[in-house]
Amino acid sequence: MSTEITTDVVVIGAGPCGLFAAFELGLLDIKCHFIDILDRPGGQCAELYPEKPIYDIPAFPVVTGQQLTDNLMAQIAPFAPEFHFNRMVNSIEKQEDGSFKLETDADEIFHAKVIVIAAGGGSFQPKRPPVEGIEQYENKSVFYAVRKMDDFRDQDVVIVGGGDSALDWTLNLQPIVRSLTLVHRRDAFKAAPASVNKMKEMVMEGKINFLLGQIGKLDGENGQINHVHLTTDAGDLSVPATRLLPFFGLTMKLGPVADWGLELNDNTIKVDTEKFETSVPGIFAIGDINWYPGKLKLILSGFHEAALMAQAAKAIVSPGERVVFQYTTSSTKLQKKLGVA
Amino acid sequence: MIINVTDQAGENHELEGLEGWRVMEVIRDWGLNIKAECGGALSCATCHVYVDKDWLDVVGAPSDDEEDMLDSVGDVRSNSRLSCQILCSDALDGLKLTLAPSAAKD
Repeated sequence: MSTEITTDVVVIGAGPCGLFAAFELGLLDIKCHFIDILDRPGGQCAELYPEKPIYDIPAFPVVTGQQLTDNLMAQIAPFAPEFHFNRMVNSIEKQEDGSFKLETDADEIFHAKVIVIAAGGGSFQPKRPPVEGIEQYENKSVFYAVRKMDDFRDQDVVIVGGGDSALDWTLNLQPIVRSLTLVHRRDAFKAAPASVNKMKEMVMEGKINFLLGQIGKLDGENGQINHVHLTTDAGDLSVPATRLLPFFGLTMKLGPVADWGLELNDNTIKVDTEKFETSVPGIFAIGDINWYPGKLKLILSGFHEAALMAQAAKAIVSPGERVVFQYTTSSTKLQKKLGVA
Repeated sequence: MIINVTDQAGENHELEGLEGWRVMEVIRDWGLNIKAECGGALSCATCHVYVDKDWLDVVGAPSDDEEDMLDSVGDVRSNSRLSCQILCSDALDGLKLTLAPSAAKD
């Protein structure tokens, strides 16, 4: 049975701009829930460059992606937004009363008066290797993650990659498969040294094959592969394979957002610059995912957009209520909300 | 300075680069088919290019971190580089590159 949650606002994407939106909404007494495909807050900052310095956040001469995320989480703590990680919004439906019904791939239904899309470059999805026709085999014999180990039992498995995912699944699957070939383009791995050593031991013991190379094309039919062609320094090879696991990390794609009926510009969502509302009233888009003339893809811009969006969202969440603009420096009312007065 | 870029469709483009810019930024600014997802943080490999053989020595070798990022694409060649790691300079005037399939936008 689906879980049903009713809230004022659902924010899709818990990156810096989405997180700051919770602050601006909170100041206006608007409650929000976050939905994010990742397993933690921070979005691109936390996933792609947690340790990289950022130099253009006002008042921070330098801050890392993770520090920025941690600070934003501390800043929005007084408003206690609720987070729903490891989920993707599959559909959004406008209801007769103007509210929205959202369904996630975790069998949840959200009812919200306002939706804020703060999904950055889209949702993180596995990188598809540039192999012709690979789509026809996906989720049948080519997988980008191991959901059920039993799907690999007694199979001829080829794993491609040199990071932790590739090494971890090489070690975990080896005991149950018929054969396992690990393919990596070089003899250096970006994985835990203990895993690399264990893998090398298994190669020495003849339990797995290791090949230096890259995948070229796939042979098979009806979604089932039977051979993987490899390009190696020693020439081209063909390896029998009934399962292929390419582990090339994550990339961002617009994903289901493209199907929500919003006016798009390339891979971004068109908004106005007064409210940052999309072509569907009640759905806003802030941060890198939106587009308007002069748009700069900066975290700074997303913060500004969040503040204006919140004022417009208030008019939808509490229609008819007069909103007096206040500063956190002088308003004891706002300071009470923040728990500092 | 001029950078000569062949895109994934085989079309050649003569781009004017600015000293001190990253080659990725020049390619992106000219609107070619490059995703450049992380914006130059050496965290994504979506600005992958093949450097013309005649320019390999001038451009130099990738760092270990860049090699690690190149592991995350499936179309690496011996002349692969991430264009965010190549800085424009007079020495690179005339540089020839080809955009890798894995650098393409979705």
